[in-house]
Amino acid sequence: MDYFLVSFFLIQYVRSSLQTATALPHWDRLLIYARYVTIALIATYYATDTPEFFSWIWHAYLTLIVVILYTKEEFAPIKSVVQSVIPFVVVSILSDIIELVAPKIHDSYDDWISIAKLFTFLLCFVIWFYAQKQRKILLKEREDRLREEMASKAQKESLEYLVAERTHELTLQKEELQKAIEELKATQNQLVQSEKMASLGELTAGIAHEIQNPLNFVNNFSEVSVELCQELEEEVDKTEIPDADKDYIKGIIADLSQNQQKITHHGKRADSIVKGMLQHSRASSGEKEAVEINALADEYMRLAYHGLRAKDKEFNAALVTDFDPTIGKVLVMPQDLGRVFLNLFTNAFYAVAEKKRKLAETGNLNDYRPEVKISTKKFANKLYVRVSDNGTGMPDSVKAKIFQPFFTTKPTGQGTGLGLSMSYDIITNAHGGTLDVDTVPGERTEFKITIPII
Amino acid sequence: MKILVVDDEEDVKSLFEQKFRKEIRNAQFEFSFAFSGEEALTYLADHPSEVVMILSDINMPGMSGIELLKSIRKDYPAAPPQVMMITAYGDSQNHNQAMQLGADDFLTKPVNFIELKEKLLKTL
Repeated sequence: MDYFLVSFFLIQYVRSSLQTATALPHWDRLLIYARYVTIALIATYYATDTPEFFSWIWHAYLTLIVVILYTKEEFAPIKSVVQSVIPFVVVSILSDIIELVAPKIHDSYDDWISIAKLFTFLLCFVIWFYAQKQRKILLKEREDRLREEMASKAQKESLEYLVAERTHELTLQKEELQKAIEELKATQNQLVQSEKMASLGELTAGIAHEIQNPLNFVNNFSEVSVELCQELEEEVDKTEIPDADKDYIKGIIADLSQNQQKITHHGKRADSIVKGMLQHSRASSGEKEAVEINALADEYMRLAYHGLRAKDKEFNAALVTDFDPTIGKVLVMPQDLGRVFLNLFTNAFYAVAEKKRKLAETGNLNDYRPEVKISTKKFANKLYVRVSDNGTGMPDSVKAKIFQPFFTTKPTGQGTGLGLSMSYDIITNAHGGTLDVDTVPGERTEFKITIPII
Repeated sequence: MKILVVDDEEDVKSLFEQKFRKEIRNAQFEFSFAFSGEEALTYLADHPSEVVMILSDINMPGMSGIELLKSIRKDYPAAPPQVMMITAYGDSQNHNQAMQLGADDFLTKPVNFIELKEKLLKTL
């Protein structure tokens, strides 16, 4: 009976403590077989009227189990419990051997042997009980550790989330900064450009002042020389020299007079350029007035159109207006802004006329319709004016220079190259706005004026 | 009529002499020239009450036309000559200052000699 209990509980203990059902399925099956064998053995023992020799079968069986459990690596964790069975097995075997070899001694020490057997039997269960208790503590500790691990894992996750969030924020900040840097760079370029333009404008005005005085002398002296030539001619008539000589002298005087007139003519031309240059310095001296922008733009558009029509009867272009009726009156310098409009329209008309002329030369005129368009818009305290044409357009090399003083694409004598440079001055310096250009070579050009409305 | 022309450009002398050739020959005008404000004041001191009209440039090295105008108005209150200012800078600030200080007229360069002749003849 005691054998059965020991082996039965040993097997049970092994299975429950090592969780063999899930951890060692192969051994679990064997252990289940062992349990059946144990039950079969006890059943056989009682069925066969408890024969004496049967205890030897128990010895062999239990020893086998102990040896297997003791030697196999898989059962190392429960070695101490297995060890506790060994004294019981040893005492039982010894008692049977003594009984077999020296039954007398066995009989005389029967009580002692029984007590030893009982003692080792109890020892098994005491140790098992103790081991069970230890196991429970361990289990509890493991659970605690697991809970702690879970907690730290959760903390770690939340930390990781925080880090990710910060990283995201930093990335956003970095992007914003990069954008700001790019904007700064663009602004810097614009500043450099406008500084350049401003200094060129000042230089232009300065040069004009310096040139004007000597130029006045050239014009005045050449004019007075023409008068002198006329007087000289009259005086020659009064003298008593042969007619042939008189004619020769008069011929020379006529040439001289003509030369002086040429000097005057070209001097006047230079003078008008100087006047244009001087307007640079006057661009910001005007007073601001409340002006109907649409009316101003319309007026100068017609002025430019009829100015060109007067020179070229063939010229024709569609005038398209897209006015924002909500603009009303805006504080600007009307004469200066008018000059800007005149320049832009004159250029636009010139561009479409040039395109028409070029197309006519190559015989591709077909259905080209010259068109000049003005559109105005008021939005977010800013006035936007666009002057566009479907004329010749400009390559980048030209576009880069159009706001520089004296840059012109027109033939000599037709343009001073001051119109756009002055317009730029008027818009940026006098009105605190911007003047931009957008163009596609051979197709179109658009000038964009943006003025802040105070 | 005696006219004093004040300008730092010496060529002004020959220009005026040629432009007003007929008037000078007819003894309508008599021109004198000074090439600085200081020189003009010396001339006026040497020839008191002779000069009827002064034509002065404003932008000159040393004494400017405006300063000259001030001293003339201060030193000759009894027999004030007419003073015409001439300048290349035709802005309103220059004009107002000259007129305030007692200039009789204000011309901008380049000088229109036909207009100037008419004005001078009118003063005569």
